[in-house]
Amino acid sequence: MITMKGICKSYKVAKRNAGFKEACKALFHREHELIHALKDVSFTIDDGEMVGYIGPNGAGKSSTIKILSGILAPDSGMCEVDGRIPWKCRKEHVREIGVVFGQRSQLWWDIPVIDSFELLKEIYSVSTPSYNQKLEELTELLQLSEILRTPTRQLSLGQRMRCEIAASLLHSPRLLFLDEPTIGLDAVSKLAVRDFIKRLNEEHKTTVLLTTHDMQDIEAIANRVILIGKGQVLLDGSLDDMKRAAMTSGDDMSEDSKNLDLIVADLYHNLNIL
Amino acid sequence: MRKYYFFFRMRFATGLQYRMAAITALTTQFFWGLMECLAYKALLDSNAIKAPMDYSALVSYIWLKEAFLALFNTWAADNDVFNMILDGGISYELCRPLSVYKMWFARTIGGRMSEALLRCIPVLLCACLLPAPYRISAPASIGCFFLFLFTMLIALGVTVSFCMLIYILCFFTVSPNGWRVFFMGAVDLLAGLVVPIPFIPQPYRSIIECLPFASMSNVPFRIYSGDLQGMEMITAIGLQVFWLFALIGLGSVICRLAQRRVVIQGG
Amino acid sequence: MKSIRLYFKYVSAVLTSTMQYKLSFLLMCIGRFIVAFSGFIGISFLFSGFAGIKNYSYGEVLLCFSIVQAAFSLSECLFSGFKGFSGLVKRGDFDRMLLRPRSLILQVIGSRFELGRIGPLLTAGITLIVGIRTCELHLNIMRIITLILMILGGMVLFSALFLLGATINFFSIEDGGIINVLTYGGKDHGKYPIDIYGEGLKKFCTFLIPYTLFQYYPLQYLLGKTDNSMYAFFPLGTVVFLVLCYAFWRFGVRNYKSCGN
Repeated sequence: MITMKGICKSYKVAKRNAGFKEACKALFHREHELIHALKDVSFTIDDGEMVGYIGPNGAGKSSTIKILSGILAPDSGMCEVDGRIPWKCRKEHVREIGVVFGQRSQLWWDIPVIDSFELLKEIYSVSTPSYNQKLEELTELLQLSEILRTPTRQLSLGQRMRCEIAASLLHSPRLLFLDEPTIGLDAVSKLAVRDFIKRLNEEHKTTVLLTTHDMQDIEAIANRVILIGKGQVLLDGSLDDMKRAAMTSGDDMSEDSKNLDLIVADLYHNLNIL
Repeated sequence: MRKYYFFFRMRFATGLQYRMAAITALTTQFFWGLMECLAYKALLDSNAIKAPMDYSALVSYIWLKEAFLALFNTWAADNDVFNMILDGGISYELCRPLSVYKMWFARTIGGRMSEALLRCIPVLLCACLLPAPYRISAPASIGCFFLFLFTMLIALGVTVSFCMLIYILCFFTVSPNGWRVFFMGAVDLLAGLVVPIPFIPQPYRSIIECLPFASMSNVPFRIYSGDLQGMEMITAIGLQVFWLFALIGLGSVICRLAQRRVVIQGG
Repeated sequence: MKSIRLYFKYVSAVLTSTMQYKLSFLLMCIGRFIVAFSGFIGISFLFSGFAGIKNYSYGEVLLCFSIVQAAFSLSECLFSGFKGFSGLVKRGDFDRMLLRPRSLILQVIGSRFELGRIGPLLTAGITLIVGIRTCELHLNIMRIITLILMILGGMVLFSALFLLGATINFFSIEDGGIINVLTYGGKDHGKYPIDIYGEGLKKFCTFLIPYTLFQYYPLQYLLGKTDNSMYAFFPLGTVVFLVLCYAFWRFGVRNYKSCGN
């Protein structure tokens, strides 16, 4: 169970202007500005839920994931995950969660995937029998047997993503955070990843929080959508709720004639959060 | 020529962006220079023998070395070029209607000058403000100063053309750091950056003076203080010019050969 | 115990990676050896014209050089993860470390292991032998203990400085390279016993950054310039400095979590 209540977070960012003269000026003086990444964000997620977390670039999605996974401490507000405050008891907390960043790798670049897995087994102190069992299960579901002996740098993006997901699940976390897991994948890999996440949720009741820009991910996986814009939660409900919101605030075109991307684009425009 | 000037300017502007790096370098260079001055003072004071270099000439040598380190160190070669070799970005470079050798030459000189410009002024300023024995002295004469500037340019050319050879070597073997570290120690020693060349005993000194590395920073830094003069100086400048042309010639020939049989990594 | 096991797992993973680039690795090993060895040759060139510096002979300087060199390269070999720390933060690898239920220090150390530092260690060994021969140092058990304590104390001090340098990255987006003044500077200029630089610097190197604890004071005892055997145990004091740096690191991690990057 995840509870977030009134979470705020702001960053100080240095301004940097282009040009030769500005570069010289910046040598002596630099301006800062305050960016409010999250403004009073609240929601709760129950065990076993699959939630899609969407919003335009820079809306605060990554900050939320970082706070939930304990990498970042908020300025104010309350956040609890299964009774733990993530950034306060880091070691206990991260044992229970798995995180996949679509844009970054957690596997060791130059060694075979299986060696990375062995290292993760050691890091999470997973017992040998449960590791073997988990590895077998993941190998089968994600079809890894062919690629386990290959160094990460030689894998295709789709293969790598499958390995990344497996790597985040070796310690059987109860919670899985996925940050753009399907970015840049081909159609076959996307479908495989979606299928796997659904099965994972059915079989292990793993809670899944997913951020993505691919609305088909949301449609396929999530039974609930949280929409965030400019650091605030703007909508929390089912996919149908979202479609309805786009309808009422938008024009009168019939629902079926629009595809999901258009609906979301309309919604972003109407809410003025771009 | 204009397009090479553009590469030079671009690299120059990027170099100016790193403020903290410049402050860091200033502190580092200042303290290292001071420590070296102190060490040589202790060394010369505790021995009655006449040193092969005057202490004041030695102090100037040390401060010039610290101030213009960015111009003459061979190991801090342009990282962009190395990354290009590693990630295959070099294929773009080869597609441009320009000579790769000249282009890299221009950007390396630009990068070095921007770094050196940022660092030399504050380091030299500090070196001027220090108390007596550790202060950098003025050039021995106006003539020395102009010769110093002139030989600095040739020395920079020699250094960069040597770096070009390292680039080409990396280009063939795809292992930038390896070669860089490989050359680092030896070049520093042979160029007189570990111990000034006059302090090196014979017969090593005569051999080292003939190598291209002695034609780098060694010549201008010693001309500045009048340590290097007369016939010895003319020979040294002659050698500098010889090595400049020899290294550039060698580099462009190999570069042309390399382009003919390009092996592009990951490209 | 488990941490040690994990550390060796890390090391073996890093070594497997390194071995993928054999030519590069070989060149690095030889290159680093040459770099360190050129320091040795530099000293012998310099002292070919001079008898000694202050009240230290050529052999005694070599001894001092080799001890500092050994301490530094050991520290660099084991703790090089901290040297590349700004890269770890920028690439987001440090965020990943925060997501793992293990000590952060262990993970950072495990992220990099430079076997190539064997090169400088070799130089240190050679120089040590030449140094002991040249100044005809008579080795007894007490002197051997002093020698070992000096190397270990130096290793602790340099590691603490690497840790300090890494911590700076939590407070500034730009590189924490300023610490090189203390690390590389300490190695390069520590080749001479610190008192040759004068009284002011000796004070700085005792009370602010305690280089003298592993270098100047025990060296006096090792070279028989004093009979005070207490000096032999001064290197143990560097542990205090390490503890202070560790506390600062903890503070930095907390700050990092509240600022993000």
